[in-house]
Amino acid sequence: METFKSVSGVAAAMMQINIDTDQMIPARYLGGTDAKGYGAHLFANERFTNTGEANPEFILNQAPFDRAVILLAGRNFGCGSSRERAPKALREFGFRCVIAPSFGGIFFNNCFRNGLLPVTLPIEALEQLVHGVEASHGAEPIAVDLQTQTIQMPSRQLHFEFQCPESFRQMLLLGHDEIDQTLALKDTIESWRRHDRLKRPWAYTEAAQSSQVPFK
Amino acid sequence: MSKTYFDKVWDDHVITTIGEDLSLLQIDRLVLHELSGSQAVRALAEHHREPDSRAQVFTLIEHLISTKPGRGPLDSVSVSGPSMIDGTRKASLAYGFHFIDYDHPLQGIAHVVTPELGIALPGTTLVCCDSHTCTVGGVGTLAFGIGASEAEHVLATQTLPQSKPKNMRVRFEGHLPQGIYAKDLVLALIGKIGANGGIGYAVEYSGSVVQAMPIEGRLTLCNMAVEFSAKFGFVAPDDVTFEFLKGKMYAPQGEAWDQAVRDWRALKTDPDAHFDLEVVLDVSDLKPQVTWGISPQHVCSIDACVPDPSVGFDEQATLAQQDALHYMQLQAGQPMRGLAIDVAYIGSCTNARLSDLRAAAAILKGHQVKAGVQAICIPGSSSVKRAAEAEGLDLIFKSAGFEWHESACGFCGHIGDDRFENLRVISTTNRNFKGRQGIKTRTHLASPVTVASSAIAGYIDNIEAGT
Repeated sequence: METFKSVSGVAAAMMQINIDTDQMIPARYLGGTDAKGYGAHLFANERFTNTGEANPEFILNQAPFDRAVILLAGRNFGCGSSRERAPKALREFGFRCVIAPSFGGIFFNNCFRNGLLPVTLPIEALEQLVHGVEASHGAEPIAVDLQTQTIQMPSRQLHFEFQCPESFRQMLLLGHDEIDQTLALKDTIESWRRHDRLKRPWAYTEAAQSSQVPFK
Repeated sequence: MSKTYFDKVWDDHVITTIGEDLSLLQIDRLVLHELSGSQAVRALAEHHREPDSRAQVFTLIEHLISTKPGRGPLDSVSVSGPSMIDGTRKASLAYGFHFIDYDHPLQGIAHVVTPELGIALPGTTLVCCDSHTCTVGGVGTLAFGIGASEAEHVLATQTLPQSKPKNMRVRFEGHLPQGIYAKDLVLALIGKIGANGGIGYAVEYSGSVVQAMPIEGRLTLCNMAVEFSAKFGFVAPDDVTFEFLKGKMYAPQGEAWDQAVRDWRALKTDPDAHFDLEVVLDVSDLKPQVTWGISPQHVCSIDACVPDPSVGFDEQATLAQQDALHYMQLQAGQPMRGLAIDVAYIGSCTNARLSDLRAAAAILKGHQVKAGVQAICIPGSSSVKRAAEAEGLDLIFKSAGFEWHESACGFCGHIGDDRFENLRVISTTNRNFKGRQGIKTRTHLASPVTVASSAIAGYIDNIEAGT
């Protein structure tokens, strides 16, 4: 699991509301079982023309935003499809952190497993950061520190605090494998299940005799 | 202390807490498909882990498989479809999951099949790598979409760490007018509260209209909970639910059924339980709803005009509406009824169940699809398709000029086929996002009756609720 402690660098602002995961990575690029290869298709429909050329109008094709590490976004960022390749594509492009007023819930959880920090920040604070970025054409960096849970833009004397769910924060800081951590609770889980099987016998299915489901 | 249905079912699944903010939940059912499911299975193998509870894992072939009549075992319009189908099939058989292949008589879209077979049950948790997993909240299941890494976690442990959302209740009250369906209700709701209105909430649908609603309509309501960014949408189980589930293949049988129903009844929301947010909609004067933009919140009555962007929620919403008008090639003030369409599409986990097909067929009977309009019907499951054919609905669709396909997710999302590129589609699906159904495809969401009416007219129309 990739860790995240802090990041400082160029921020790009895409303040449209409801940017969905279909836009981040269109479904036609979801195929394959490879763990990587999605950054090239990030925002593909907007980032490239019909003939595959870079669209100069699109912010992530413009310097210095083509090397942005922080994305400032509008509310409900990552709504829609559960595709984990959306945060994977953002991470592969180079982003380490997305700051938005709110996030789609499935996307929010997926970020932590892919070394990408989603930060929820009120729109009033976020707009000050956006103003700083736009006024300086991306020249003034933003710093996000997960250890202290702070965001800073030193050039503008901006300083904000944020909250991150503590368990997810620890997972990113320490890079723990979440599955190993749950497997370590095996005794607790098994003891709970023995009790649950008596309480809710109807919730447990029998193993398939043959894998093919019967048809009666 | 008084509790909601959600509180009770959630509490019944908390194995332990992790830190202050996460609960480790027991997951009763994991449903996999060949798109994201194959990634989870492969990750499990790469990490040298074994499935924890294979009896509680169900796999269906439905996301990438072709819907073409006479399809073969690896047919897909997606370039990587064949390898993902093949990998998922082999892994499911090798691990001994309950497996429903593309040619199985019970095959279909996961969220249509799992209630049909009683895989989805009240008082249980169910997860699947698909955001529309919340659909099966229609039978009272706490069901939610997850990413592939979370699915690997469930495969390895049959548990998942989650933070508990707050409680929200949506009550549909009043008298449901003729020609108004669950789809119209949920679109109107999203128009009212916005596409972000459910962030951080689990949503219980209730009210007199929901109590009187058959299961299929409830599934449609719950399907679109994620379209206002609620992870969970559900209807607390009642006699309608129990009648629907009794005798289903994977539902408990005999004494276990009797105990289950007793337990499920006790899970009902307490009369004085607290909801953090409550929304009430009176549906008595509701008109058919149709989306005009690129978010499900861009919705209006079919008799209304495309709204003026300056009358939005706020500045950001105004900008989004201007962007939507540009993408959708529409002008503010243009009437929705009468807008010419290129494609009429009936399918998806939202609106492709038997009642949807019956409602559409009632409109189509004796009519012809307008020349030049592509019209496609993809039943939600092979069981739905068979039942529709037994009633002769397929003949009505076909003689009207509709294509009649095999069941799968089909053209709801653009996985490779370019037949909708740059076209205007009226669709019974759930997402009108930019590019969702194809490059530059302009999707308008509506009920099956509105889609069938529009197919005949060649423009957005609704005959049944005509004014």
